[in-house]
Amino acid sequence: MKKSINILFFLVIAAALVGCNNGNDKKGSKGQGGLSTNAAERVYVAPGEHDEFYGFMSGGFSGQLGVYGLPSGRLLKVLPVFSQNPENGWGYSEETKPMLNTSYGFVPWDDSHHPDISQTNGELDGRWIFINGNNTPRIARIGLESFKTEEIIEIPNSAGNHSSSFITENTEYVVAGTRFSVPVPQKDMSINEYKGNFKGALTFINVDQETGRMGIKFQLMMPGFNYDLSHPGRDKSHGWFFFTTYNTEEAHSLLEVNASQNDKDFIAAVNWKKIEEYVNNGGGTKVPANYAHNILDEHTHTATSTMLKEVLTVNPMDVPGAVYFLPTPKSPHGCDVDPTGEYIIGNGKLSADLTVHSFTKMLDAIENKKFDGEAYGIPILNFEDILAGVVKQPGLGPLHTEFDGKGNAYTTFFISSEVVKWKVGTWEVLDRQPVFYSVGHGMIPGGNSRKPFGKYFVALNKITKDRYLPTGPELTQSAQLFDITGDKMELLLDFPTIGEPHYAAAIPAELVAPNSRKIYKLAENKHEYAVLQDSDVRVERDGKEVHIYMNMIRSHFNPDNIEGVKVGDKVYFHITNHEQDFDVPHGFAVIGANNAELLIMPGATETLVWEPKQVGVWPFYCTDFCSALHQEMQGYIRVSPADSNIELSWSLGED
Amino acid sequence: MKNIMKSMAALSILILMSCGGKEEKKKDGIQIGQKPAATETPKEAPVSDVKPSQTIDLTNKGIGPIKSVEIDATVDNAMAAKGSEIFKSKCMACHKPDKKFIGPAPTGIMERRTPEWIMNMILNPEEMTQKDPLAKALLMEFNGSPMANQHLTEEEARQVLEYFRTL
Repeated sequence: MKKSINILFFLVIAAALVGCNNGNDKKGSKGQGGLSTNAAERVYVAPGEHDEFYGFMSGGFSGQLGVYGLPSGRLLKVLPVFSQNPENGWGYSEETKPMLNTSYGFVPWDDSHHPDISQTNGELDGRWIFINGNNTPRIARIGLESFKTEEIIEIPNSAGNHSSSFITENTEYVVAGTRFSVPVPQKDMSINEYKGNFKGALTFINVDQETGRMGIKFQLMMPGFNYDLSHPGRDKSHGWFFFTTYNTEEAHSLLEVNASQNDKDFIAAVNWKKIEEYVNNGGGTKVPANYAHNILDEHTHTATSTMLKEVLTVNPMDVPGAVYFLPTPKSPHGCDVDPTGEYIIGNGKLSADLTVHSFTKMLDAIENKKFDGEAYGIPILNFEDILAGVVKQPGLGPLHTEFDGKGNAYTTFFISSEVVKWKVGTWEVLDRQPVFYSVGHGMIPGGNSRKPFGKYFVALNKITKDRYLPTGPELTQSAQLFDITGDKMELLLDFPTIGEPHYAAAIPAELVAPNSRKIYKLAENKHEYAVLQDSDVRVERDGKEVHIYMNMIRSHFNPDNIEGVKVGDKVYFHITNHEQDFDVPHGFAVIGANNAELLIMPGATETLVWEPKQVGVWPFYCTDFCSALHQEMQGYIRVSPADSNIELSWSLGED
Repeated sequence: MKNIMKSMAALSILILMSCGGKEEKKKDGIQIGQKPAATETPKEAPVSDVKPSQTIDLTNKGIGPIKSVEIDATVDNAMAAKGSEIFKSKCMACHKPDKKFIGPAPTGIMERRTPEWIMNMILNPEEMTQKDPLAKALLMEFNGSPMANQHLTEEEARQVLEYFRTL
């Protein structure tokens, strides 16, 4: 055992050394080696030092949110959002299970795509971060004091919640557009009757500025296209929202061919202020719906799930002047708005050019009715009249564009696997750098706000291949950090990312770190089953349910001996962590638990259900190394036969 | 990060284990077989035979924010009552008022310690158990079980002190 550990240890070190050498050699051969520049120095965050930025990378098919330090690329936390996380009991504990409730029942996973940080006056404010669940349409709000998912709202009438979650510049709304159009209301009908009958819902969710609480203000029921991505107008275009569409052909099969027929699809420009006014004056139609609204209360440490039964829908035809279509070549993917709000970039993923629309020209075209027909009654603006410019032949397969706040834009190209820097206004290409490999989104801290922090660009790559030591067929994804302060982008660092990050968001640490919560105050703990004083420790039976009111502190459980439980009982361990010091969580694990363990923060209460099936004396213990006596932090629960007469009893430190 | 720290800790422990060798382990086994002797072992560290928890030291003020405490001749019952509530919610998990539990019982502590030392132990336990000779010896006497910092305010610690006067 000892020997093998030593061997393993040296292997790890050796592997690390070998890995470093390989990396240097390879980079060196590509002429971008860390040794020939001071790249290593620029991403090195010395032991004990902190990173300059928090980077939030969507967890993709993990359903979570990865929190990284930038520029080091160090993983700080995997923040559970839409998926159960046995590491800390998220979605397994009785308190957090309601967070994953939906109209489809308990959905313990999702595919998370686009995080967006709350803004005030178009600038990042560090209050909350929002992220979408793509598969079972949901939007989550994460508080940046606790770094905890505090709220999840389901989106009815939606399917494939992809053009989400993007927020307006004062966080008035979080917007969620559907990628897949569906029958609304859902019904049993032939798929080939799709055209003209399916709808695409664009959902505007308002946000309470004090609490962050979300509620659906209205759903704009659009024609049955695919609403792919979106971004808000900002500054001069504040009040508008822009959505790319594809499949304006309304194909329902073999989309890779059938949805690529039209020379142009649309960017839908939505004047949400106009619709808001319409709705505030009683406009819109309330329709029956069924969707979950889940809220985690930080004082009860408990989530509740409420099913809402109605939603307000708006037919775009009923609000004249609220929606226009901007023709945009070749199935545009990313829809990005520059910091001034003037330019709307359509990244036509099958096009070799980038199309840039002018907001000013758009308003002019609307005013002077420069229309080029209509689709389902929605005016189509004349392409030439709204065009600001074209970035000619920058690369193949443009997907997304971010901005540095210095007049430059950075577009990712999936097919040609590169990032291209170009000048906003002159549309000239200034620089291009290869990425390894096949970049999806790119991200500059604040790069989709009025005030970007144009120091770094992070390429979120889809394909990893040989960038790291191989780990069998399944690899992590890979991010690459560029320094963008100079004329040329400079690759500084590769780092692996969890799931498949789609979009990401980053914010200067100083806007978040000072507010970061350290503990929950015991005095503010309002959990129904909290044990706030040792005298409250007890075990109660209610039929076949046994409730254990337990507390924990370094390094014992109270009680730690429990008897009188029987096979067939449903045992609730309600455990309160009595620590009031930073970074002293305790874990709780009991043998044979069919759910997970718990990781309980100082001052919090959490509950694990355990259903013993076998007679015996079974141990439980703390899973988080908490003190020198951590190994002593354990207890026993005696399970007697179902027909036993043994009374409930509990104790700590008694013989 | 947490996980990395955990695995680092685990790694260090494994390293320590592998360095320690088998003999050490054997010794542990014997100690377990002779529990009374083992609990007395730490007693050998201080010069005197008196357990650290029974040692009387009315000069040491400890290390921490409290430099001097004024104590009235009579106990302030209202203040003591507040202290009692705090003690129940934040201290009782380890300290029973009149019997040794995870940590020592506070009954009689006013005769053995300065009020400053007591409050510093409440407010600054990490530094106290590292630097104050008496607190260090206490940590050993109580099996290395750390005194948790429960983040009382100075006012709350003073209230707990007043409560100790009633014990």
